[in-house]
Amino acid sequence: MIRLLGLLLLLLQLPQAALAHKPSDSYLALQAQGQNIAGQWDIALRDLEYAIGLDADGDGAITWGEIKARHEAIAAYAFARLKLRTEGRDCEVKVTDHLIDSHSDGSYAVLRFDAACSAQAATAAEIEYRLFFDLDPTHRGLLRWQSGSVTTTGVLSPDRPALQIRGEETTRLAQFFAYAREGVWHIWIGIDHILFLVSLLLPAVLVATARGWAPVDRFAPAMWDVVKVVTSFTVAHSITLSLAALSIISLPSRITETAIALSVLLAALNNIRPVVYEKRWVVAFLFGLIHGFGFASVLSDLGLPREALLTALVGFNLGVEAGQLAIVAVFLPIAYRMRRTVLYRRIILVGGSAIIAALAAAWMAERAFDLKLLG
Amino acid sequence: MNGSTRPGPAASAAVPSRAARLIAAGCAAAGLWGPTLEAAPFRPTDDRAVIERLPTRPTDPVQRELAELRRIHAAAPGEPGPAVDLARRYFSLALESGDMRYTGYAQAALAAWRRPPGPVPVDVLVVKAQLAQYRHDFIDALKLFDAAIALDPKNVRAHAWRAAVNMVIARYDAVRADCTRVRELGEALLATGCEAYLDATLGKAGAAYDALAAQLKAEQGARPTLKLWTLTVLAEIARRKGDMAAAEAHYKAALQLENSDQYLLAAYAELLTHQRRWPDIVALLRRWERSDVLLLQLARAERAVGTPEANAHAALLRSRFADAALRGDSINAQDEAWFRLEFEQDPKGALALALQNWAIQKEPRDAEIVLEAALAARDPSAAKPVMDWLARTGLEDPRLAELAAAMKKTTR
Repeated sequence: MIRLLGLLLLLLQLPQAALAHKPSDSYLALQAQGQNIAGQWDIALRDLEYAIGLDADGDGAITWGEIKARHEAIAAYAFARLKLRTEGRDCEVKVTDHLIDSHSDGSYAVLRFDAACSAQAATAAEIEYRLFFDLDPTHRGLLRWQSGSVTTTGVLSPDRPALQIRGEETTRLAQFFAYAREGVWHIWIGIDHILFLVSLLLPAVLVATARGWAPVDRFAPAMWDVVKVVTSFTVAHSITLSLAALSIISLPSRITETAIALSVLLAALNNIRPVVYEKRWVVAFLFGLIHGFGFASVLSDLGLPREALLTALVGFNLGVEAGQLAIVAVFLPIAYRMRRTVLYRRIILVGGSAIIAALAAAWMAERAFDLKLLG
Repeated sequence: MNGSTRPGPAASAAVPSRAARLIAAGCAAAGLWGPTLEAAPFRPTDDRAVIERLPTRPTDPVQRELAELRRIHAAAPGEPGPAVDLARRYFSLALESGDMRYTGYAQAALAAWRRPPGPVPVDVLVVKAQLAQYRHDFIDALKLFDAAIALDPKNVRAHAWRAAVNMVIARYDAVRADCTRVRELGEALLATGCEAYLDATLGKAGAAYDALAAQLKAEQGARPTLKLWTLTVLAEIARRKGDMAAAEAHYKAALQLENSDQYLLAAYAELLTHQRRWPDIVALLRRWERSDVLLLQLARAERAVGTPEANAHAALLRSRFADAALRGDSINAQDEAWFRLEFEQDPKGALALALQNWAIQKEPRDAEIVLEAALAARDPSAAKPVMDWLARTGLEDPRLAELAAAMKKTTR
């Protein structure tokens, strides 16, 4: 609200002030199905009243009977101002139903229609919209275009009355890779997942002895240890990620995020004062279940296409694994080479774990008590 | 709400806030994958069922007057006189009802002057500028007022409005110049109000209040709209001085003059909100659901009182903001910021909207939401532009002082 402006409005225009109120919109939802476009168009009754008149008896109330009597006029007026085209030729529109719906600013006429086009609408279509622009230049057509699993939205205005839809044949494969990329990205920016994994992997090039950690002799046991940890982490988080993404189980994100921080803390502490040695894969599995819920909340933010749920889920999961393997591929050779050094065994393993543990403890406090400790 | 565990510049862009994720997770749990705002379309069964009530009947005097203005305009669409008459009438209806559609009809009346080149008459420029400020396009509005004043340097309306727009965007030197010009043009009370409002923002609320109160006393015969405006300015300045009793007395006196005024109600309700007088707000705003800002104040008070309508009103606001987002509008950024903060427990989202609003307009209420949201989001550095503005202007305002003190405590 604008203070002095409001005041001046009072003064210079009328004894009443400007406050935001919803402007005129129509909602146009189109769905391409081969050479057909199925549509639903919601147009405010107030706008139709202003344009062509609906309130036949002039009593200020629009009844269903008055609207029914104007159904043909409404359709004629609206579709004279909307053109759907493929390859430059108009599609033939047939209104299939007249209904009513309510939006946040009142009741709307709902026109359901089918448009028969001369070419595949999903590949390329053009929408030209001019409804009410001559009467109210602030009117907007809010478009939602759907073809296959792809939804495009757009706003049609007097300055931009036409939209070209380029249906870039989005295949299952493209969708799969898109979600896989998100998976890789998430593990890379998900520092808590990386630190958990690193904490469990740090001792992989070492063996536990009575006097603490000692270097392994050969690469094979180290490799085998890594495989066990990574595989069990993967299996576990795949299980919960799938269950959560399919809405079978869900956990509040505060609990999930706190438990993830706890998992990092315990894994790091275990390197400083070992409790679990060879059975670290069990730890990886148990906490992997929790990390899976964390991944699921990211996936649900991305939005899951209903009709390609499995593609998205598998893609995202494999992306996470690929990101994880990349980390292991960099980590393992370096760690193996450094395993005999004091630097590795004291500074990196113990010192590094201490830093990770401190960080994880801070996250835990933040997430559990909703604080902000770290910048 | 957030432990920042996903650092890096891309992280904030790629991954929504923890709060958004919490909401998304909640939606996921409830099986709502996407926004499902509208109810399903239906077919009424009774022909007599009333589907929509119009704001006015075709036979109302206002509608007859509009029909006549439209008829004259339609006969000569390129004539500025009838076009401006029609546009002004629609614009005043927009102000009266808060209904944005009327501003669209006003714009349509001026369609002949939509695109330069070609000379545009002064009155057309002024109405176009008023419409531009209505949609918060302040830069455009200023250009149009400048053009109008260049053609007609004695246009009081253009000077006063330009002062108002410059006030909103914190160009105080320009405001002063226009206030002075209004005084030179012989509008003493209007000029005093203009200056008082400016001075009260620049740390001289006491002197500003006394000067304006004295001028109003000297001009008891002023036209009612000017008196109403003066009383509202006095109330606002009294509130900033911390004199809540005087502020309330001025608001009540103004309501006596005109009791169905949305701006006045909003300002008065804000005073009551600061005093947490929730039942009084519910009583005051019960019938004002149509206006977003009044509905927000009403819903807030209803929630505090615990009336059953609170949830329905919050849901209505939620769907209005969702509709505005579909359209790409940001006119409601400030209201939506309050809503996110108080109803959605999303301080980060609220802060982002509050800062977006602050980039466009800079008045005490705009500052208040930035400070509130930054405190709630525990992000004091985000509020720096507002803290700087407070320091620069020296604005006196008890609520803002309280928030600024709290902010300094967290940064220390």
